[in-house]
Amino acid sequence: MVNNEVLLSIKDLEVGYGGIAAIKGISLKVLKGEIVTILGANGAGKTTTLQTISGLLKSSAGTIIFDKNDITKCEAHDIVSLGMSHSPEGRRVFGTLSVEENLMMGAYTLKNHDKETLEWIYDILPRLKEREKQIAGTLSGGEQQMLAIGRAIMSKPKLLILDEPSLGLAPILIKAIFKAIKEISLSGVTVLLVEQNAKAALKLADRAYVLEVGKITHEGTAEELLNSTTIQEAYLGKKH
Amino acid sequence: METFIQQLINGLTVGSLYALVALGYTMVYGVMKLINFAHGDLVAFSAYVGLTIFTQFYGSNALTLVNIVIVFSLTSIVVAFMGVLLERLAYRPLRTAPRLSAVVSALGASLVIQNGIMLIWGPNMEIFPSDIFPSTTWNFGGVLISYTQFVILALSAFLMVSLYLFINKTKIGTAIRATAIDQDAAKLMGINVNRIVMIIFIVGSMLGAIGGLFIGVYYRGLTFDMGWMYGLNAFIAAIIGGIGSIPGAMLGGLLLGLFNAMISGYISTEWAETFTFILLIIILIVRPAGLLGHNVAEKV
Repeated sequence: MVNNEVLLSIKDLEVGYGGIAAIKGISLKVLKGEIVTILGANGAGKTTTLQTISGLLKSSAGTIIFDKNDITKCEAHDIVSLGMSHSPEGRRVFGTLSVEENLMMGAYTLKNHDKETLEWIYDILPRLKEREKQIAGTLSGGEQQMLAIGRAIMSKPKLLILDEPSLGLAPILIKAIFKAIKEISLSGVTVLLVEQNAKAALKLADRAYVLEVGKITHEGTAEELLNSTTIQEAYLGKKH
Repeated sequence: METFIQQLINGLTVGSLYALVALGYTMVYGVMKLINFAHGDLVAFSAYVGLTIFTQFYGSNALTLVNIVIVFSLTSIVVAFMGVLLERLAYRPLRTAPRLSAVVSALGASLVIQNGIMLIWGPNMEIFPSDIFPSTTWNFGGVLISYTQFVILALSAFLMVSLYLFINKTKIGTAIRATAIDQDAAKLMGINVNRIVMIIFIVGSMLGAIGGLFIGVYYRGLTFDMGWMYGLNAFIAAIIGGIGSIPGAMLGGLLLGLFNAMISGYISTEWAETFTFILLIIILIVRPAGLLGHNVAEKV
């Protein structure tokens, strides 16, 4: 259901940590309905990019336009109400809150969290339904990741940002997580995905950007990147 | 046995005061990881504000229930306003600064409030009127409960149950707990962390204000530096219960009050303070995170 309407547009973004530039002028676009993935090695600046988009970090230059609003200077909590939701690296579920309370917090910006979204989340992530009353900190890593994703879509976002959803998970769980992401995307949510697992991410995504030390070095459709020899050597572990 | 029950009642009364004040310390610590050293002085300030409102508005007229409710509400509002002001001026500018800076700022704010009280009300002891609550005392087979004690116990219990329900059963309360666990994750949920901090200061200051008024009504003598003494005891209560834990502050306050009363009753009043610290040391050795505190493992 991809159309040509731009949902997120980033221009010449620069971000630094105390004088050291982590992002050195990147531009990227996400269209409505797409799954876009950002690939890159450790320290390339993927998480920094996502945190700047969602307002946790402030940029030193450049603009971020989301759904026709300039959000470059917006606070993180205001950006959520505009329809962006960010599931952070390392899951960051609220450990001493129950699964249900975690999901409730995901819907914090809504007046009432609607039963339908909750049912839908329980439908695509059935493990959460079984664990509804359990304290989130006692869940397994995979279940916590499911909770983090479920929590992020409780606000019924237009754009879902996922940072390393497969990190540290067993292959069978990664499969379940990616299946859930696909279903979320099919329901009309645009997805921006950062992944170490480049192959799985490219199979899922429509388009991809490759980030290397703060700069975008490649971009294209997922298929193009899957077939590109440089990408294969650097990220997919194939030798030619 | 009579002494025991009498000291139990006295201990629970004093313990309720400690608990009300301890809640302010623990809530601020829970969300901001900051010891609000000025909290005790806010409590002292509330006793003075309450006294002024009592004497200005009602003089020697008999105090009716409505008047008492008005005085308590007005005082809470004034002190809550001071608490919010304190956070804006002394803590918010240092939110991202090293923790030690915020601690120094807290100590400074404490001195400012303390000296402010001295400038407004003078350095001499002020005496709370004794006729705020009826002087009725009930006698249950030798155990005495005064009207004042009854009001303190009942209202404190009511406030603590209300706070517990607010924190655990409401959306804002859940957001407060979420913010205490992980501020950045809370922001990503759309929670305005500054607003949560403001709510914490309002609620904590209001509970402290009620505590301060009760201290005035119960002990009656007010000095400008009394915030240190009551603040320290309440702070110890928060540590005993596990700082950052709301049920912990309630439990710690009540336990410390009971412990003090028993030492006073069976050993000597002079030794109560000493034993307070002995208790604190023992608890810190046995359970460093406090009775209900969580042992947080360092993230690797």
